[in-house]
This record gives sequence, C-alpha cells and structure tokens, in this order.
Amino acid sequence: MSLQVDNLRVYYQTLRGDVKALDGATFTLADGEIMGLAGESGCGKTTLGHSLIRLALPMRFIEGRVTLDGEELPIWDTEKMNDFRFKKISIIPQYAMNAMNPTRKIGRMTAELLGSRKVDFKDILPELKRRLDLVKLSHDVLDMYPIELSGGMKQRMVMVLSTLLDPSLLIADEITSALDVSSQKAVAEMLVEFRNRKCCNSAIVITHDISILYQIADSIMVMYAGQLAEKASTETIIHAPRHPYTKLLISSLPEVGVKYTERRLTGIPGNPPLLLDPPVGCRFRERCPIAFEKCIEIPPFVEIEPGHFIACWKEAGTHAQA
Amino acid sequence: MQRYFSRKLIIYALTFFLAVTIDWMIPRFMPGDPIRNMLTRVSVSSNPSAIQMMYDYYTHLFGLDLPLWQQYLNFWNSLLHGDIGISTYLFPTPVTDVLWRAVPYDIFLLVPAILLSWYAGNKFGAFAARSKWLDNTISPLGYILTATPYMWLGILLAWFFGIVWGIFPIAGAYSFNMQPHLSWAFIGSIFHHWFLPFASLFLVGFGGWAIGMRNMIIYELEADYSHYLEALGAPRKLIRQYAFRNGILPQITGLALQLGVIVAGALVTEVVFSYPGIGYLLLAAIQNQDYFLIQGCFLFIIIGVLLSNFIIDIVYVLVDPRTRRGMTGESA
Repeated sequence: MSLQVDNLRVYYQTLRGDVKALDGATFTLADGEIMGLAGESGCGKTTLGHSLIRLALPMRFIEGRVTLDGEELPIWDTEKMNDFRFKKISIIPQYAMNAMNPTRKIGRMTAELLGSRKVDFKDILPELKRRLDLVKLSHDVLDMYPIELSGGMKQRMVMVLSTLLDPSLLIADEITSALDVSSQKAVAEMLVEFRNRKCCNSAIVITHDISILYQIADSIMVMYAGQLAEKASTETIIHAPRHPYTKLLISSLPEVGVKYTERRLTGIPGNPPLLLDPPVGCRFRERCPIAFEKCIEIPPFVEIEPGHFIACWKEAGTHAQA
Repeated sequence: MQRYFSRKLIIYALTFFLAVTIDWMIPRFMPGDPIRNMLTRVSVSSNPSAIQMMYDYYTHLFGLDLPLWQQYLNFWNSLLHGDIGISTYLFPTPVTDVLWRAVPYDIFLLVPAILLSWYAGNKFGAFAARSKWLDNTISPLGYILTATPYMWLGILLAWFFGIVWGIFPIAGAYSFNMQPHLSWAFIGSIFHHWFLPFASLFLVGFGGWAIGMRNMIIYELEADYSHYLEALGAPRKLIRQYAFRNGILPQITGLALQLGVIVAGALVTEVVFSYPGIGYLLLAAIQNQDYFLIQGCFLFIIIGVLLSNFIIDIVYVLVDPRTRRGMTGESA
C-alpha cells in the first residue's frame, strides 16, 4: 500500500466562512498504481492533490491522516513537510508553463534547487540527461532560459524536474490541459513510462479529461462537490459505473461512431452545489435521478466489490447498511 | 545585438534633437529680456542713451537681434562646436564653467542619496515583505516618508536640527568663513553642511524604494515559480533570493531615471538649504532670465537622462534574459 488517506478534510478560509472543498476523503493507492482523479471544476480534486504536498493558505487543514509508505505525512505542518517534498512526494503543477524561474538558466536553477535539498547536481546529472532523452528533450535545454522553450517542452522539463529524486508519489495536476491534442497523448504516455521505469512509484493524475485517463490510468476516482463518489478500475468506471453521478458523467462523453446530430449529447442537468454551505446528506441528491429519502444522510464510501468503492445509498444497498 | 543597439541609438539621437530644440525654445517663451535684466542689475549708468547703446551692443554680441530661425541655427552650430554660450547672469563667465563649478556639489549630494536610499530601501522592503510585524510597522512609515515632499521634510529637518537644536548648519555647502582648500577642517565643514540635504533626500527616497520593493517581493512570492519551488521543498532562502532578483528589475529602471536627473539637482532641496548645485543655479538662471544658463542646465539634464537610460538598456540585457530575445528581432 503506497498511499493511505483517512477522512481528510481541507477547507478554504474565506471572509464568508469555510468553503468545504474537501470533506472527508478516504482512499488508498496501491504500489505502482496510476490513479486518475476526475470530476467537474470546483469538485475538490485539485484541493485534494495540493493538500497532500503543499497545504498553504487559504487552505486550512481540518482533520485526517495521510500515510505514505508507512510514514505519516505532517501535511498540516509546512516546515516539517519539507523533508518529504520532492524526495517522497512530488508534483507536476497545473501551471507548468510558468513553473520555472524566468531569469535563471534551467540547469542552474535545477542545480540550485537540488543543492538546497542537499543533493549533489553532479551526481545526478547523468540520470538527468537520461531522463531528458526519455522525454525527447535535447541536453541543451539545461543551458537555456525557460522562455526559450515551447509550452510542451516546458511541460516535459517540469515533469523531469519533479520526478528527479524518484518520489514515491507523484501528483500530476492537469498536465495535459494546456497542450494540443497530439502533445497530450505524448505527455500522458511519458507519465506511464516514468512509472514503469520507477521514476515514481505511484501517481495521482488530476484531470477533467476522462479520455486521457482511459489511456493511462489503472484506476479512476470520481469526486463530486468535495466528496468521493466512486473509485474503481478504469475499465469498471468507463464501462460499468455504479454511482449515478459517474453514470451521467460517462454518458455525457462523446463516443466514436455515434452521430450526435441524431441523438443529442446530454449533460447533467443542474449545477454543483456551493461548497460554502453544502446541502446535508448526499451532495448529489438535488441532481440525482434516483434519489430517495435515505439520501438525506451522508452515504458512506464503501467497497461493494474488491477495489470498487462507491458512496451511494441506492447502489451500495446492503453494503452500506452493514 | 548590433541591430538592437543601432536602433536604440537612432531613437536616442532623435530624442536628443527634440529635447534640445524644446530646451532652446523654453527660455525664449519667457516674458522679459536677458540683456535688459543684466544691465539693470549692473546699473552701469543712468544715462538712457548710454544704456541704449550698451543694450544694442550686448544684444548684438549675444546674437539676440537676429531672426529666431537664425538664432536657432546658430545655437545648434555652436552647440556642435562644444560652445553653449556665456552666462548673462554671471557675465562674462562661460556657461560651461558655471556648470562645472556646480556639478560636483550635485554629484556629492545626490549620488550617495540616491544609491544609498535605493540599496537600503530595496533591502529593507524585501526584508519587510511577508513578515507581519515589520510589515505592519514599517510599511505605513514608508508610505508617509514617500508621500512627504522633499522640501517640506527639508524644512522640518532644517528647523529641528538647524534652528531648534543647532546641530547642523542650514545653508551653503561649507562654512561661510572658509575658502575651499584641502584641509580636514574644510572637509569636515563640507560633510557637516551636506548632512541635512542628504538626509532629507535619503529618507524620502528610502520610503519609496522600500514600498516598491515590498510590493514586488509579495508579487514574486505569489508567482507560479515560487509556489513550485515551495512544493518541491526548497528552503525559504532560495525562494526569496529568486524573488529578490526578479523583483529588483523594475527597481533598476527606477534607479536609472533617478540617476539621470542627478544633474538637475534636487531643485527645491537645494533651494531650501541654499546648496550650490545645478538646481540652485537653475532657479537663479530663471529668475535672471539667463537664456544660456537655462539652456545649459537643461542640456545637462537631457544628456544625463539619455545616458543613464542607455546604460540601463545595456544592464537590462545583462540581467534579464527575456530582453535578450527581443534584441534579435523576434517578437517578444
């Protein structure tokens, strides 16, 4: 078991009160697993990803336990977390295009960053060059400034940089969103390659693009309004989802071979609730086609089949009762 | 590289031409007449016909009886020969001599004031940013300082230190009973007289730079690259070092502009402390309608501003890789 998260709650402090962006997440990540984290904008997937590595204001840690390779991560303590960052847990940020200091050559910045973490740049240089080859970047980039690279190149450079110390867990936040379709696939496959070569043990891939997850993820976890809805293997989520939200989400994706002039692509009616004052019980209740009285209580996230977790009174049925 | 600098040089040459033209025009827009002013001051004779004769003679001598376009061409002609005329106010001293006598005082007063306030302000602003306690106490002080007019602060300082406590003299560049010579007493007197004008310029500048730098650092610390470094566990020191280096760039531009106007002196400060720099001279020149001295003072300012801007262009190329790309002609 690589990562174990127990009842993690992270709120955003605002003047109008706490925004409950992540409200009780419990899940595990197996060794070598690439887990896709999907959901619409504002469902808390980025909050979950970031809280694992850099829980900064206005984020506020409420409760929960995060264990990585048997060690508890002090995610509420910015200083203590520094020991784990980069070495045990790392991130490819959403803003990879602007992630590097514009006034430093990339090689020098890398050396300074590694130096500050007490790692000798010279020792790691051969490995760094190997990985640049892996992502098809010329070794010359080390002698360039970030502005001299294209967006896709920067993305790959940051990918190499973030995984340089072979972290146990890699968080990839929307790494394909800013790229064109052909680079998207290449970057996604590089991520799998990195995992296969043990550049990172396991990964959480945050995205709203389920088609990318279908290509690279071993499992997919769907979030809705700050809570977990369903987690299962990629095949199960795509072909046999059980949670009504996942069903609607998957059915709203276009399919190859279907002409949407004949059958209109449907969305999910309604909007996600505001997390400043979320509704009691199941948060999907308002939009759910199969909601019933029981949904006024919060459904537990239970395992209905091995590796298939779901938070729904109706679907989980007897499992939830037990 | 060469294309970049040649293009810059053309722009600077054009700016110089326009600025000098305006410089020539400004004094001539003033009501009154430098020659009459000069004669009145000297009051050589009470005989009207004698005065008229002298007036005609000097007007001709200074070339002020020619049509304006002719005067303008003559002005450029002598300027290109390195001659900027003779002061009517300090007749018959050449303007160049008058200026050279004043410039050392400006440099002595303004270079330390500007450089030290820049250095200290930036260091301090960077230090204060993101430290709650310092930010709450120093920032308001900085805002007050930077909003203070130089001369008002100068007057306050002169009043308290000069009049009330009598620690520092409040007029001149050295004691009135001394002649410039090389001795410890004279150097001491120079510094004694220098302190108050320096302090008033330093304090106001310090406040401005500190506030500017504080804001820049906060902006840089919120930039994506700072967050990325934090996420990778880089120590605060490294992140701040990067933020400082990037935050200082706009401050360098600001410094260049300030250094450029050094030769202009800090007019009001010099007036408050009767400090004999270019600023003080400029005021006297305007009051006496000394066309040539006004032109000379402004010429110094123009050259100073252009020169320091040019130097900054070069410095920028060295410190900011992003400008380097613009140089090769690619669109930025």
